[in-house]
Amino acid sequence: MIRVVLPFHLRNLARIEGEIELDVPGPVTIKSVVDALEAKYPVLNGTIRDHGTLKRRAFVRFFVCKEDWSLEPPETPLPEAVIQGEEPFLVVGAMAGG
Amino acid sequence: MSKVRVLVGTKKGAFILTADGKRKSWKINGPHFAGWEIYHVKGSPANPDHIYASQSSGWFGQIIQKSIDGGKTWNPPGSRPEDLVGPGGFPKGESNKFVYEGEAGTHKWYDGTQHPWEFKRIWHLEPSLTDPETVYAGAEDAAIFKTVDGGKTWKEMPGLRKAKGNLWQPGAGGMAVHTILLDPKNQKRIYVAISAGGCFRTDDGGKTWKPITKGLKSNFELPDPDAEVGHCVHRITLHPSKPDVLFMQKHWDVMRTDNAGDKWTEVSGDLPTDFGFPIDVNFNEPETIYVVPITSDSLHYPPDGKLRVYRSRTGGGEWQALTKGLPQKNCFVNVLRDAMAVDQLDKCGVYFGTTGGQVYGSADGGNSWMAIAEHLPPVYSVEVQTLK
Repeated sequence: MIRVVLPFHLRNLARIEGEIELDVPGPVTIKSVVDALEAKYPVLNGTIRDHGTLKRRAFVRFFVCKEDWSLEPPETPLPEAVIQGEEPFLVVGAMAGG
Repeated sequence: MSKVRVLVGTKKGAFILTADGKRKSWKINGPHFAGWEIYHVKGSPANPDHIYASQSSGWFGQIIQKSIDGGKTWNPPGSRPEDLVGPGGFPKGESNKFVYEGEAGTHKWYDGTQHPWEFKRIWHLEPSLTDPETVYAGAEDAAIFKTVDGGKTWKEMPGLRKAKGNLWQPGAGGMAVHTILLDPKNQKRIYVAISAGGCFRTDDGGKTWKPITKGLKSNFELPDPDAEVGHCVHRITLHPSKPDVLFMQKHWDVMRTDNAGDKWTEVSGDLPTDFGFPIDVNFNEPETIYVVPITSDSLHYPPDGKLRVYRSRTGGGEWQALTKGLPQKNCFVNVLRDAMAVDQLDKCGVYFGTTGGQVYGSADGGNSWMAIAEHLPPVYSVEVQTLK
């Protein structure tokens, strides 16, 4: 199972508490994890990546094993630690700054 | 006894204020959608329990929320379990999908080049006068969308952007359809206003639109003060009994038309300044209108630090300052374009919200005011439902 952690506002929107566990069929990539997330919680469609283009929204980041994977191609396989459920896939709202 | 429900959209959530017909004692419920920007909340005239809200965020984009119990509970339309999966097994979740029709095309950019249309958010939701499942939505970048299934799916009415959309150019506040008026006597007629775009009308239910800007002058905002498009219209309003008479608060100038926008005339009269954002009409007196003068385009706060609503009982031209109960010193808030509304009681109630987080109400047509909510986040919008 893939562990996914969402930011506060998306947890509220999807009415989720704590981490999510996802069954991701096939290769575990950024895209397949977000596909599975949106399939389970359709209300998240358009909030993490744009409708249509499926590009990551500018102020959403993906953190994996203490590294920023936001700019990795969506088809990039995720590390074994995420696949094994040892590390979560983090969806993060970028810092506002200021 | 009648009841009044005031729907308030703010920078950090939505609030619902309720009172009985006396409008003296108010209950505040909220925040709903805490932490999100709520540009607009509006109820259906056909079924006041159906309320729509535009929820957005710079991080996570646009969400549409709907209540079918008068604001007690909310859901993104189409999010019930049976709604979630389409016939092909794919998730739907399209209540926040606003996609421009066909080739999106381009509009004028700040540097004069052409720039692709890009959806940013919904500024305004206008429910149909007759069907609670039909709603029009005003978008930034400027376009109008329509749902006929209660917000589950939205479709653009692309004819609007064909009204010289390639010449529209955003101002500093963006380029949005911020006002949509439905003609209660002619279902085919709709008016919209666009910041830095102008004012437009359709007479065929939205297929074709034309600019209605004759008489507007923008001496300091446009190279051609009489241009057909590009005027920074801040707000338009009408009285349901006289839908051919519209009132406008432009960037500068308060205007009126008596022929559905074919020709506008200035009615700023003796206002201390004719810059401002909201304008509204008394429900019981079609020639009584309200504005909130703001110092200037460079100083977005009331003149002399005095918050004054101005009322004209003559459809413009002659104005009276309404000050009783409003702060008359050290007040430097603004009142945004969608942040004024009126109720439908015998003594018309008038309400407005400020960027300082106050919502003021008057139960006597503006003669006296009281703060019905304070210390809210900056108020973006105020709407009123009169419940019998």
